[in-house]
Amino acid sequence: MALRDQTGPYFGDFGGRFVPESLVAALDELGEAYDLAKLDPAFGAELAELGRSYTGRPSIITEVPRFAAHAGGARVILKREDLNHTGSHKINNVLGQALLTKRIGKQRVIAETGAGQHGVATATAAALFGLDCTIYMGEVDTERQALNVARMRLLGAEVIAVKAGSRTLKDAINEAMRDWVTNVETTNYIFGTVAGPHPFPEMVRDFQVIIGEEARQQVLDLTGALPTAVAACVGGGSNAIGIFHAFLDDAEVGLYGFEAGGEGAETPRHAATITKGRPGVLHGARSYLLQDEDGQTIESHSISAGLDYPGVGPEHSWLASLGRAQYRPVTDAAAMDALRLLTRTEGIIPAIESSHALAGAIELGRELGPEATILVNLSGRGDKDMDTAARWFGLYGDEEQA
Amino acid sequence: MRVVGPVIRRRNEEAAGALIGYLPVGFPDLDTSIDAAVALVENGVDVLELGLPYSDPVMDGPVIQAATQQALANGFRLADGFEAVRRITERVDAPVLVMTYWNPVVQYGVDRFADDLAAAGGAGLITPDLIPDEASEWIAASERTGLDRVFLAAPTSTDARIRQAVERSRGFVYAVSTMGITGARADVDAAARRVVGRLQAAGASASCVGVGISTAAQVAEVLEYAEGAIVGSALVHALAEGGVEGAGALAAELARGTRGE
Repeated sequence: MALRDQTGPYFGDFGGRFVPESLVAALDELGEAYDLAKLDPAFGAELAELGRSYTGRPSIITEVPRFAAHAGGARVILKREDLNHTGSHKINNVLGQALLTKRIGKQRVIAETGAGQHGVATATAAALFGLDCTIYMGEVDTERQALNVARMRLLGAEVIAVKAGSRTLKDAINEAMRDWVTNVETTNYIFGTVAGPHPFPEMVRDFQVIIGEEARQQVLDLTGALPTAVAACVGGGSNAIGIFHAFLDDAEVGLYGFEAGGEGAETPRHAATITKGRPGVLHGARSYLLQDEDGQTIESHSISAGLDYPGVGPEHSWLASLGRAQYRPVTDAAAMDALRLLTRTEGIIPAIESSHALAGAIELGRELGPEATILVNLSGRGDKDMDTAARWFGLYGDEEQA
Repeated sequence: MRVVGPVIRRRNEEAAGALIGYLPVGFPDLDTSIDAAVALVENGVDVLELGLPYSDPVMDGPVIQAATQQALANGFRLADGFEAVRRITERVDAPVLVMTYWNPVVQYGVDRFADDLAAAGGAGLITPDLIPDEASEWIAASERTGLDRVFLAAPTSTDARIRQAVERSRGFVYAVSTMGITGARADVDAAARRVVGRLQAAGASASCVGVGISTAAQVAEVLEYAEGAIVGSALVHALAEGGVEGAGALAAELARGTRGE
């Protein structure tokens, strides 16, 4: 079987549905609605039209030679998901799930968010479709992504700062699941990444594979060949699976996921789940997980709120176990250097999340050499990260300290 | 082995039904949690449900979350759970079920967990985030060791899933009384009565209702149609506010509900 044909609930030993019984009916309802929608040309047409006239699809590719000069001379091509409406790839998935919500006939949506990109995308879709919307966000993340909190509230969403646990993305997911358990009859959970219980890993992936399908053809048109390597950042892994998927059965194309190495994968402060974790169960799926000996989840760390997650989608764990994709850590410092480098050489300010993929591309280019072509998923733009970047580089003072 | 089925049957013969009390291990500390569990039994709780603190408890409301987070912050380890079961079963005769999220069991090793729980005198497991569909390893381990396994049934469960919960559970089926997470509520949902009715129609020998029960009147109301009533957050709150004595006093009050008082 082609790797692209793999569906849930299991990806090898990974995936499944480890959830309270109360949620099973809702997951079944969602899965059945999705299976029907897949077969309905009208659903595909409506989603494609939204992509075209609302998101701005297809997103362009941009070759970045001045940046590539720092990457061993390899050709570097960016897939510009940062140019989507709302500023990241998250909108692709949200529009699909919002259409499904309408089909199921529910009037309220909830979502978790880390960096705020998925929350903004969900609040946007809720405004577009006239749905009630509640977003759960870790309190730490509401502080470091205050701009996105304001955006969500302006869009009409209620934003709830989650004070439990590490007060980041994993706790926002716990709280959203509690809401869903309580309000499942009226509420649909628009999950933001390719983790969680079946059908989310498969469904969110399917809504994101358009990234790689477009990019594969765009790179062929530009260069006459497939890329040597595809690079993406991996938190839960939705932008990475989105760009990898079209290439899964192109064995000559290397697939590289870059996890948040935080202060260093050898320190306790990182979010390098596949690099340093081991299989376990979190948020409804069996997958790689940062955990202690007793199976308690370890708090992750990353300068990037969107990658600050101790789990990862089960399909990535499967691709790692097959050796089809490689996963490597990128430190906070390397990501921030890459953010500044792309900004200074190409005039494109990337999200800190995506900057991990850029740092990875620099490393890959130096390994693969000037003959290589590296396709990088620029999954989001950096506007939301200006406060973090200004503090990191010392841009707020009277003197330039960077 | 001290399993729960016979106790629930006996309490339904001699009283209105069984009272099941929940407390987390290690809150406020290991010794006090053990003393409090013993106090529950001495004051009329028939079956103990001991919760193992977990970092990501998606079924738990704020009261239990706060208690289990404190236990984790104090350094709770899985070994403390087995120690608590052993020390409690040495002191009282009530069967002790362990309520645990699934990942700690997976990491400990499902067979090893079952063996160590049985050796400590435990009755079995309640698994809030493990549905029978994913439980083949645990079903095999519990068959081998004779431990009870309690799966959940919800108002939204289909008839096929209700039947599955009945067929796969041993001891009792945990009927979620209302859609939602743990925590005391003013009214126990009418949905509880319907879930129990469906479980009985599917052949359940015992259904116990949990989530939202905090008073003797609610216990008595639930025991009109179910074989057991499960109280959690209210007891944790009583322990937090009034110590072992407070938890025991609430248990004594709740037990009045089993006698129709």
